[in-house]
Amino acid sequence: MIELPCPWCGPRNVSEFRYAGEGGVRPDPDTTTPAEWRRYLYMHRNPLGWTKENWYHGSGCRKYFSLERHTETHEMRARDTSIDEAPLTENAGDTR
Amino acid sequence: MNGYERNGSSRNGHGSNGKRSSRYSAFSLLSHGLTKKDWPLAWRKHDLAKTYDVVIIGGGIHGLATAYYLAKNHGIRNVAVLDKGYLGGGGSGRNTAILRSNYLTPEGIRFYDRSVKLYEGLAADLNFNVMFSQRGHLTLAHNDASLRTMRWRAEVNKIQGVDSDVIDPQAIKKLVPYMDVTDEARYPILGALYHPPGGIIRHDAVVWGYARAADAYGVHMHQQTEVTAIDVSDGQVTGVQTNRGAISAPIVVNCTAGWSTLITDMAGVQTPIQTFPLQAAVTEPVRPFLDTVVVSGTLHVYVSQTDRGELVFGASVDPFASYSMRGSLEFVEGLAGHVLELMPPLHKMRLLRQWSGLCDMTPDYSPIMGPTPVNGFYVDVGWGTYGFKAGPVSGEAMAECIARQQTPEIISAFGLARFTDGELVGEKGAAAVGH
Repeated sequence: MIELPCPWCGPRNVSEFRYAGEGGVRPDPDTTTPAEWRRYLYMHRNPLGWTKENWYHGSGCRKYFSLERHTETHEMRARDTSIDEAPLTENAGDTR
Repeated sequence: MNGYERNGSSRNGHGSNGKRSSRYSAFSLLSHGLTKKDWPLAWRKHDLAKTYDVVIIGGGIHGLATAYYLAKNHGIRNVAVLDKGYLGGGGSGRNTAILRSNYLTPEGIRFYDRSVKLYEGLAADLNFNVMFSQRGHLTLAHNDASLRTMRWRAEVNKIQGVDSDVIDPQAIKKLVPYMDVTDEARYPILGALYHPPGGIIRHDAVVWGYARAADAYGVHMHQQTEVTAIDVSDGQVTGVQTNRGAISAPIVVNCTAGWSTLITDMAGVQTPIQTFPLQAAVTEPVRPFLDTVVVSGTLHVYVSQTDRGELVFGASVDPFASYSMRGSLEFVEGLAGHVLELMPPLHKMRLLRQWSGLCDMTPDYSPIMGPTPVNGFYVDVGWGTYGFKAGPVSGEAMAECIARQQTPEIISAFGLARFTDGELVGEKGAAAVGH
């Protein structure tokens, strides 16, 4: 069991949340190419180490927020209340 | 079942350069029993050579099978298999050892059916008892939607020549007398997809069998050898750096699971993989009462009884990406509740232990196999929760792909380019939980 620091509700059990994954800039559907769209949909950074990611507090405040989490130790650093829209770059996460 | 606690890799694999292992037979068993002579090492230990024709990263069933079929089918024997831990210590020793081929897409069914066929002949092929028990595999349907998917799967399976059919609750009760098939259950059972050739196998034996057979062909297996970098020059792989020194090789194959994106990152190849843990658990042993594999996708649980009498339980992957292999209380609570809903008489059984393994999930629940944009760098990754059952066919196909420099038809649907071309192989309906 891990607890997530919800910026509105405080630390709560992870079972209250839905994992929304790493962020990324959503391409404009009117101008994007299918290849760019698929890249946005499918490609992930998947770092072993610190990652920036979005969560949805479905059983609480029902708001999205972002945090930084270490994917092996589950240490967490709260970020702000905005969601993560960092551009997807290769190897963007810190490694150990 | 959890292989890593009691597997004999330190006994079998860490010897010095011993002589090649002898053939196992009833006679050799009897003679060793009478003379109490030590058994020869199953595979030998080697110094790291400067050069190999093929370097395979990952000493699990996929890496070892690829090495074995490279040597056996294509005569490529100057091969090294590198593992940062010990052979079979990752997904190969952590899965719940279930084999089946009743998938949903024709590509998936053909592929996994070839794997089951290879498993059927594996003990004789490897001269190693892999204890394959084709006891039948039941996937339960608790609602109309899943019953409809089962009928769909059964029909596609039959067209592909795979023995698979939908059966009703009375037929389920005959196969599994302890199952609650009444309509008073919290999730009443409406039917099941029955797949008689499915079953369980001793997963450690498969790993050791492949390692021993590959060793007999001269393949080098290097344990505790971690790849720290992959050398690429002008778009061509030239070798790998390891904690034991550099190796030059024109072909490098990524056969890792869990950490596969760390290896593909080293070669500068991006894959759409995310790593999720999957938890499993085992009970104390009891007398045999369950002689089929029982899977419920709705309840996220699968159950089988080992030859020793323990019940092995598995679940779906954890709900968020992680490289942590710690177990959680939520898993045990959910698992126990769901198992008791299916088989109420098990309420006195005690769990012995739980563990987890890392699963590389892809967006379409199908693997990524074949060449990459980097020349000479091949992948056999993205094996999600279904890698063990595909081990033999993956090794066979990857060996052919490498030896002939051409992607075999059986894995042509699983190329990395499908994610940019938009030609996904949607297996979620048959692979997401039901294994």
